[in-house]
Amino acid sequence: MSPESSSAGGAITRDEVAHLARLSRLAVTDAELDVFAGQLDVILGAVARVGEVAAEDIPPTSHAVPLENVFRPDELRPGLTQEQALSGAPAAEDGRFRVPQILGEEQ
Amino acid sequence: MSELTRLTAAELAQKIHSREVSAVEAAQAHLDRIAAVDERVHAFLHVGAEAALASAALVDESLDADTPPASPLAGVPLALKDVLTTTDMPTTVGSRILEGWRPPYDATVTAKLRAAGVTILGKTNMDEFAMGSSTEYSAYGPTHNPWNLDRIPGGSGGGSAAALAAFEAPLAIGTDTGGSIRQPAAMTGTVGVKPTYGGVSRYGLVACASSLDQAGPCARTVLDAALLHEVIAGHDPLDSTSIDAPVPAVVEAARRGAEGDLHGLRVGVVRELTGEGYQAGVQENFDAALRELEKLGAEVVEVSAPHFQYGLAAYYLILPSEVSSNLARFDAMRYGLRVDKGASAEEVMAATREAGFGPEVKRRIILGTYALSSGYYDAYYGQAQKVRTLISRDFAAAFEQADVLVSPTAPTTAFPIGDKVDDPLAMYLNDLATIPTNLAGTTAMSVPSGVAAEDGLPTGLQIMAPALGEAVMYRVGAAYEAARDAADGSPFATRIPEVKR
Repeated sequence: MSPESSSAGGAITRDEVAHLARLSRLAVTDAELDVFAGQLDVILGAVARVGEVAAEDIPPTSHAVPLENVFRPDELRPGLTQEQALSGAPAAEDGRFRVPQILGEEQ
Repeated sequence: MSELTRLTAAELAQKIHSREVSAVEAAQAHLDRIAAVDERVHAFLHVGAEAALASAALVDESLDADTPPASPLAGVPLALKDVLTTTDMPTTVGSRILEGWRPPYDATVTAKLRAAGVTILGKTNMDEFAMGSSTEYSAYGPTHNPWNLDRIPGGSGGGSAAALAAFEAPLAIGTDTGGSIRQPAAMTGTVGVKPTYGGVSRYGLVACASSLDQAGPCARTVLDAALLHEVIAGHDPLDSTSIDAPVPAVVEAARRGAEGDLHGLRVGVVRELTGEGYQAGVQENFDAALRELEKLGAEVVEVSAPHFQYGLAAYYLILPSEVSSNLARFDAMRYGLRVDKGASAEEVMAATREAGFGPEVKRRIILGTYALSSGYYDAYYGQAQKVRTLISRDFAAAFEQADVLVSPTAPTTAFPIGDKVDDPLAMYLNDLATIPTNLAGTTAMSVPSGVAAEDGLPTGLQIMAPALGEAVMYRVGAAYEAARDAADGSPFATRIPEVKR
């Protein structure tokens, strides 16, 4: 990132926020970008405090309760009907979800 | 206001089960109350009057046939947070992206409530996807605190807490990812419990952060919360993180606690969660609560949890990371909103998510995407997970020295609506004292600890216990509640002012 595009806090730039929004499939407006960039910079500055903790040898916790893989017998159980599964779909056709074009012209 | 709406759930259940009052009368009294005040409070996003009366009528029929009540709460009305799926009512999670969505299945909590004969009145307002501490981030407008309509009711479960304080329901369900049950309880002078992670099924709970989310009971008394706790808790094969162990005997513990003897129990004051940064009235009421606990025979000791000060930072890395992953499912293809803008699926997805999500949800998705991106992962998400380990170790060490830990639930009383809505970091600070419990997967509750002298608004005492340590927590909560009521000369709920016109 160029020095011009970095914000006051320096943790994250407006361009980076725009890139992250694209990755997150959020078509954010320019006005939102202006606001979010400043706010995220402040938030990142605060959460960066985790770096102050000496934790090299500490194992990470992803889940508070120790978990083992949970199995169940491979038996048929009642589930949603096709009609129920499609009941909330924005568009459905012939018992399937109808979606917009997925591949571009050149693909 | 009908007298029926002033009763506790336990009292109302007794009247219904002894046939003094019908379940339909109880439901109607609360529906009338909602009709009278909810325009001003806005606790509910949806009221299912017809279904509520039909459910209550079934309870009456069953009692008329001399069948024993399906549960100790059969026929008692309840307000359900709009984050749990319901086949007969919309489930919006406070978001435009799920506006009008009718889920094809009931959450396990919903199913358990129905099986217990509890009357579900409707769905309550919340911060969008449970992200917020004031209910102002709901896409459907804020909920107002019944104590003072210009104040926030806390969040994200502000609707459930406000429904209790406005006497629109004696029971409610909340969910707590970083304090969303306990902080609203403190803001509204009600009781809220975050059960041990895995204690209540998450099946049908629309996910915010899966390793932190937990549904729990909300009520105006500790005993009522305990009665509801036993209805909704328990192992569920549909949630693979659900704990396969007996539900702690919390009703018995609450009844024992109300007898008022805490001799032999050690109460630990967490040094890092008191003092500086707490409003004067919050700290005064906390100190007074400690004196009550001592009078009840408890030994009050000071404990240290040195890593709690990093809890907020770790939480706001772990939570957004999980959010950015969980909310990827809102892709405009299978359910929910679709904005047909652009030719490709990707463009439709981006336009839909832009239109369907509010600012706080977008901020957290972007923040999580950042924390998980290569090059930053170790410094942010990875480091936060290590801090999470250290916080669990702090709890383990503290519980060696004390049976329960206590702190104020929130640093301030309810702040004015609009005060922090544009300052996300200031909003996050409300959850300073509640977050460590979620990170460690332990249990905690908030019990009213009086009103702050300077503003007349309620404050909460947080009581924390080890995983599956709910029984000792309820015992201490009920003992404190009984002592506080005895000192005041009346139950705390009688101090809630009538909703202003």
